[in-house]
Amino acid sequence: MATDWEVVIGLEVHVQLATRSKIFSWSSAAFGAEPNASTDPVCLGMPGTLPVLNRSAVESAVRLGMAAGCKIRTRCRFARKHYFYPDLPKGFQISQFDEPICEGGAIKFRLKGEPRAIRLTRIHMEEDAGKNLHAAAGVSFVDYNRAGVPLCEIVSEPDVRSAEEAAEYVRAVRTLVRYLGIGDGNMEEGSLRCDANVSLRPRGSEKYGTKTEIKNMNSFKNVRDAIEHEVKRQATLLDRGERIIQETRLWDAARGVTQAMRSKEQAHDYRYFPEPDLPPLVVTELEQVALRASLPELPEDRFARYTSEGLSPQDAGVLVADRETAAYFDAAVAAGAPAKRAANWLINELLARVDDPRALGEANCPVPPTALAELVKLVEDGTLSGKLGKDVFGKMWSERRAAKEIVAAEGLAQVSDGGALEEACKRVIAAHPGEAGRFKENPKLMGFFVGAVMKETGGKGNPKAVNEILRRLLG
Amino acid sequence: MSRITPEEVRELAVLARLALSDQEVARMTGDLDAILDYVDAMRELDTTGVEPMTHAVPFDCPLRADQVAPSLSVEEALRNAPRREASFFQVPRIVPGPGGASSAGEDEP
Amino acid sequence: MIAARGASLVAIADGVRAGTVGAREVTEQFLDRVARLDGGLGCFLKVDAEGARRRADAVDAARKAGRDPGPLAGAPIGIKDIFCTRGIETTCASKILRGFVPPYESTVTARLEAAGAVALGKLNMDEFAMGSSTENSSAKPTRNPWSPAHVPGGSSGGSAAAVAASLCAGATGTDTGGSIRQPAALCGVVGMKPTYGRVSRYGVIAFASSLDHPGPFGRTVEDAAALLEVMAGVDPLDATSIPAAVGGYRQAARAGREGLAGVRLGVPTEYFQPGMDAEVEGAVRAALDELGRAGAKIVPVSLPHTKYAIATYYLICTAEASSNLARYDGVRYGHRTAEAKSLEELYTKTRGEGFGTEPKRRIMLGAYVLRAGYYEAYYGKALRARRKIADDFAAAFSTCDAIVTPTSPVPAFKFGERIGDPLQMYLADILTVAPNLAGIPALSQPCGFTKSGLPIGLQIIGPALGEEICFRVGGAYESRTDWHTRLAPEAA
Ligand SMILES: [Mg+2]
Ligand SMILES: [Zn+2]
Repeated sequence: MATDWEVVIGLEVHVQLATRSKIFSWSSAAFGAEPNASTDPVCLGMPGTLPVLNRSAVESAVRLGMAAGCKIRTRCRFARKHYFYPDLPKGFQISQFDEPICEGGAIKFRLKGEPRAIRLTRIHMEEDAGKNLHAAAGVSFVDYNRAGVPLCEIVSEPDVRSAEEAAEYVRAVRTLVRYLGIGDGNMEEGSLRCDANVSLRPRGSEKYGTKTEIKNMNSFKNVRDAIEHEVKRQATLLDRGERIIQETRLWDAARGVTQAMRSKEQAHDYRYFPEPDLPPLVVTELEQVALRASLPELPEDRFARYTSEGLSPQDAGVLVADRETAAYFDAAVAAGAPAKRAANWLINELLARVDDPRALGEANCPVPPTALAELVKLVEDGTLSGKLGKDVFGKMWSERRAAKEIVAAEGLAQVSDGGALEEACKRVIAAHPGEAGRFKENPKLMGFFVGAVMKETGGKGNPKAVNEILRRLLG
Repeated sequence: MSRITPEEVRELAVLARLALSDQEVARMTGDLDAILDYVDAMRELDTTGVEPMTHAVPFDCPLRADQVAPSLSVEEALRNAPRREASFFQVPRIVPGPGGASSAGEDEP
Repeated sequence: MIAARGASLVAIADGVRAGTVGAREVTEQFLDRVARLDGGLGCFLKVDAEGARRRADAVDAARKAGRDPGPLAGAPIGIKDIFCTRGIETTCASKILRGFVPPYESTVTARLEAAGAVALGKLNMDEFAMGSSTENSSAKPTRNPWSPAHVPGGSSGGSAAAVAASLCAGATGTDTGGSIRQPAALCGVVGMKPTYGRVSRYGVIAFASSLDHPGPFGRTVEDAAALLEVMAGVDPLDATSIPAAVGGYRQAARAGREGLAGVRLGVPTEYFQPGMDAEVEGAVRAALDELGRAGAKIVPVSLPHTKYAIATYYLICTAEASSNLARYDGVRYGHRTAEAKSLEELYTKTRGEGFGTEPKRRIMLGAYVLRAGYYEAYYGKALRARRKIADDFAAAFSTCDAIVTPTSPVPAFKFGERIGDPLQMYLADILTVAPNLAGIPALSQPCGFTKSGLPIGLQIIGPALGEEICFRVGGAYESRTDWHTRLAPEAA
């Protein structure tokens, strides 16, 4: 019988930090300028230019490290990593090597409800490279707008055990980055990038198998699909008694396969050495205290709070997945909406209407939290039936009007006043003497009478009240 | 004994992306050999417990405020480019690397 | 009119500030000397007559308008071609940077212009400042004004020779292992390497980042001091520039004329070794006697790790050079091979064609010592040895205020005499590299001539941020001797 293979995955995630200027120079780090319009002599690697470190990039890296529970070095260093490639202006990348700014820590998330903590090896700061565009006719183009955009590289321990877990890990990193407001974590635009080191070993075995490095996965789906495919590929080879070659493989999303990258003759030798142009970076205990104080309530803390407030783990999970959703929820509850109800409305009505939950955070969200709270209260106190509530919400969303306003204008308030309802019930009974006679032996006719009364009241009758009155009059 | 062979010199030349003629390789081998032989005298110096001196003057890294200043114009950025096309720098075709189009973040091909 | 030949930079600036002579008038006189004399010397790679006239006129206009034209008003200077100058070709005397026109200005040249100095053009040097004779220039050789058969030293050979020949009254240079002091000594002028980080490196093309020191050349100690006062100071564009107040260097140079009472001058036995030229040693010993007569106390000091300085220096500078020169790839600027069929060819051919022999040699050695598995044995070892060498100086300065040595063990040598043997060329830096490793200031000034008429240099080394003591001792010696008044021969 075939061996039971255990999947072992380590992830390297690169996060672009959303600073105004670049990590070592003054040109704009914003995405989307015309080619080579966002450069300066420093990020172009022009002769004689020197790097000067961006304070905001350092603070973002430290806050990310703190959020992941890393140890923050009070003294860290930059190092030069050498290789030749057209998008790398200086022939080396300013990165960190043996003294990174953050060490240890873990990324926490839930997989099928189960809490997971993937340990981190390190988080280090470095500069991004430009972009090579592969034009036709035997040439390529280079755009250096991205050169020098600040990056945090998050390196995990080989703790990930499945493709799905890998995708959830990357999603958790994005959530953290967005909670901290240090980047937008957009995999499609490349502001969040992921490489995976994948290997298999017989379950129970201590030592790791030969790994391959998977690149070019630019969506959560890609991460899952690419790793799933690679795991199958390796298992097939190993079951056949073949060996895995240590290599870098690119994910081809179109064809749904990973393929070995044409590997170079000579092995890499990055010739790291301490960056002489930047003295050691010191982040004092005092500065660390201030930065720690600036951290928001983190996803896992919010999750604990919500479940303790009676929300189901499923609902809590959905709410904390995006900072804006969670903030919206807290605001609605603060405005008086009961937690469980607010969660239902938020998950079933609002999230169903937006492609990106971040839209809920925007000032121009059609139904702000206070407005939703007002609607929820109208349903709670019986002014609106659940069904009518949904209709009203639809109008609130499309017409940007307040619930009370819509209810008043369209006279949608439920009739609960006994007198009016009793008159309606009497009219219905009088109109159907036969059914009224047969009611005693056939109580199921109650449904018929309630329906008729609702028709009579144009759907505004409070079903509960109608039932009571009919039972009294027919009983 | 010789400390470096012509083969090693050729490997180094690949690593450093330098096209060297056979005469250059021969000469370079001799020069590097003599220099490495000379610097070997350092081995006798005991440096245990000595903190490496990476910077001549010790002080902490200064930080700059995250402020944008004017970029070079596209023309200024490209004026010195030996080959350009539209507002891009032009190079011989790159066999697509990781991410198809970038090296940092990923390693280069 | 002024007597341009032999004129001191501060004398010219003071005259322009006082209005006794016009900056434009001075500029024309020096441009005329360059036109007449540089053909035989080869100091200038590029003369910027138009720019010089524009700057001179601006100085005169400022003065006439009653505005302060600056401390260096109208002072004609030359710029080593390692300093980036906006809109003016900057090549580092390398084929690989031919045609490169920077869209930015080095902090040093910007400060000099703001102070009223008038840059006449760009000066020759060893390619990427790698050399001790300026024979490694890809453009042309520069001749020693005292003897056309001899080299001017290097790498700032064009700067030293231009000042010695009065083609400019002052100049900028860079000193990574002696590249200001050694050519100053060989050309009979004053050269100053300040404390590391005293002068911004922004816009100074990097050779070995942790060892590169920009600094001034002058005909007199006060000239060099006046230039350094303007060049020095913290720069937000250089993270290694020191946030410390700039001292009164001119003042210190003048103070030396009052003598050196209470000053202790250390003489390291390790700096007087066999192989030193007898005339050089004689001249330096005589200079020490003179300094003693000026009131200084001469004390012996020891710098025991001196013998490791050259090896340490070449391991560090080649490693950093191999890294700094990786950016020259034919993509963004400079030379690009005509025949690149692939990316690999673009790199290897562009770099193979663009770099001269010495940069190639250092790139290779640097790549070798940084390779995985070799790092600790070579680069790591060198960084630790560097600390021991720096500690030697710290200990010595607990018993003396400055250290006095020869600058170069030999006077100027003949063209081609050493170029064939790189190791011998490296060994000639023995007396100058240690202050670069320690990052401490060191000045070289004339202290005599050989019988054959070649200049000899005296080196004065100070503690970190101790530029003043170097200038004070130098000013004292200069005020009691007349070597600095001798003029190099001039083709009529
Ligand atoms: Mg990596
Ligand atoms: Zn990276």
